[in-house]
Amino acid sequence: MTSTLQISHLTKRFGGVEALADVSLSLAPGMRVALLGHNGAGKSTLMKIVLGLIPFDGGKVTVCGAAPGSAAARAQVAYLPENVAFHPALTGAEQIRHYLALRGQDPAGAGDLLARVGLGQAAGRRIGTYSKGMRQRVGLAQTLIGKPRLLVLDEPTSGLDPVSRRDFYALLDGLAAEGVAILLSSHVLTEVEARNDLILILSGGRLVAEGSLTDLRQQAALPVALRVTPAGDEAAALAEALPEARAGRDGILHLTCRQDQKLPLLSRIAGLGARVADLDLVPPSLEDIYSHFSRRDGQ
Amino acid sequence: MIARILATAASEFRIAFRNRWVAIASSLMVLFALVLAAAGAAPTGDIGADRLSVTVASLTSLAVYLVPLLALLMSFDAIAGEVERGTLPLLLTYPVSRLQILLGKLLAHLAILALAVALGYGAAGAAAFWTDPASVAGLPALWRLVWSSVLLGATFLGAGYALSSLARRPSGAAGLAIGLWLGVVVLYDLGLLALIVADDGGRFTTDFLPAALLANPADAFRLFNLSAAEAGAASGGVGGAAASVPLWQSAGSILSWPLAAMALAWAAFRKVTP
Repeated sequence: MTSTLQISHLTKRFGGVEALADVSLSLAPGMRVALLGHNGAGKSTLMKIVLGLIPFDGGKVTVCGAAPGSAAARAQVAYLPENVAFHPALTGAEQIRHYLALRGQDPAGAGDLLARVGLGQAAGRRIGTYSKGMRQRVGLAQTLIGKPRLLVLDEPTSGLDPVSRRDFYALLDGLAAEGVAILLSSHVLTEVEARNDLILILSGGRLVAEGSLTDLRQQAALPVALRVTPAGDEAAALAEALPEARAGRDGILHLTCRQDQKLPLLSRIAGLGARVADLDLVPPSLEDIYSHFSRRDGQ
Repeated sequence: MIARILATAASEFRIAFRNRWVAIASSLMVLFALVLAAAGAAPTGDIGADRLSVTVASLTSLAVYLVPLLALLMSFDAIAGEVERGTLPLLLTYPVSRLQILLGKLLAHLAILALAVALGYGAAGAAAFWTDPASVAGLPALWRLVWSSVLLGATFLGAGYALSSLARRPSGAAGLAIGLWLGVVVLYDLGLLALIVADDGGRFTTDFLPAALLANPADAFRLFNLSAAEAGAASGGVGGAAASVPLWQSAGSILSWPLAAMALAWAAFRKVTP
């Protein structure tokens, strides 16, 4: 199947500063991709280029088979900007009716859309009276208009409470199952963990890592941490048996090892028998992996 | 195409209505028109014109100042406001062209202006009829004033959108709009008057002045209404000085300025990067 979004060797400069350098990316229908990166890493710039809001300097971008920002592309792409804003004098329903009309849809569908994001009650109130989370939901509602083939969501869950976040991801699950490709950025790494097919880490405008979470774990090859609690008064004997361990104040021994040495080390510790009271294995967190990749570029 | 313009216009009209622009524009026009109608009720018999024609001459002088001002006040925020609120990027990802957005805004603002103008002139016209039943002779002039005022408004709405796009910030756009109003509506005429006085009936007055008046949409509007109503004598000033300008020329100017202003607005809006 052809890709919904195809980016190859994309380059963008702002004055002398390289905002994006040689970024390539491909999204198939139904695929969910998360963009991670610091502020200023190039996430929003990449999204704005995909939407055709800003021009780019080099490379090739194809959105639903058309040029970014062309009428054909805009008809098939929905966008949720970071900190989405609306005119405060309009009500939620009026704003959504306007967006429906701009997409050539029946404005009467506004009520249903707002109900889908849990704003049915507030539809008749002016957006100026909404909380940030409610504005974010209006933003989500407008991305559901029509049948977009590509969703571009810039920090979509900022301002949402945990329950709304879960509802929102359930909504995305349904859309992805229907074949909608989703490109989203997030700061909340744990949220990205389970929900996406592909994770991209941008740093200084470069794509420094790409793959599923498992791939990234392997690529990063970060050490695994182990915590060994000695039994009774065996602390000294245990420290002798594990000379590479560092003893904490509470007597717990801390060890780290490479991924491929994990099993041999575990069997060594298991061989110490009754001297060991407990053992905790701490795999590298997504935060660790993220910092590993985004720091590699000299940041 | 048309549906998107109408949808934009409906939203913009709603916003302008909630921001009290409909009320402000209408009450200003009605208030000033009635004041003029009352002031114009002084003896005019020696001019030999009906009361409504005299009122139209006064309303023309009022409209030259007030219509551009209202148009600029409504339009300076149109693009800069969207940029400042952060609503522009999302809007531009919708399948609606920048020209359609501008035309939608123009339609809404022009409707408000037309309503205000119709109410204001209507009030002044009613007052004229009340005192002088012969005023029916002035009805064509009143109608001409209404539609040419709407065209004058369209010109300054377009100019306001252009300045709004260039400034990118509402505060900057407001400054530019007031500057444009002062320059085109007030200082331009003062400058021309100074030149006429200095020239003392020389080549400037005969050759350059008509062109200079036609080049300014506000002056062309005044010329068109005064020469069409043949009431130049009642108003005097710059209008009287350029009575030699043919009607088709001033009509051409007031018809082409709105197009030129919207073309400028479109060109400026296309350069706005969200």
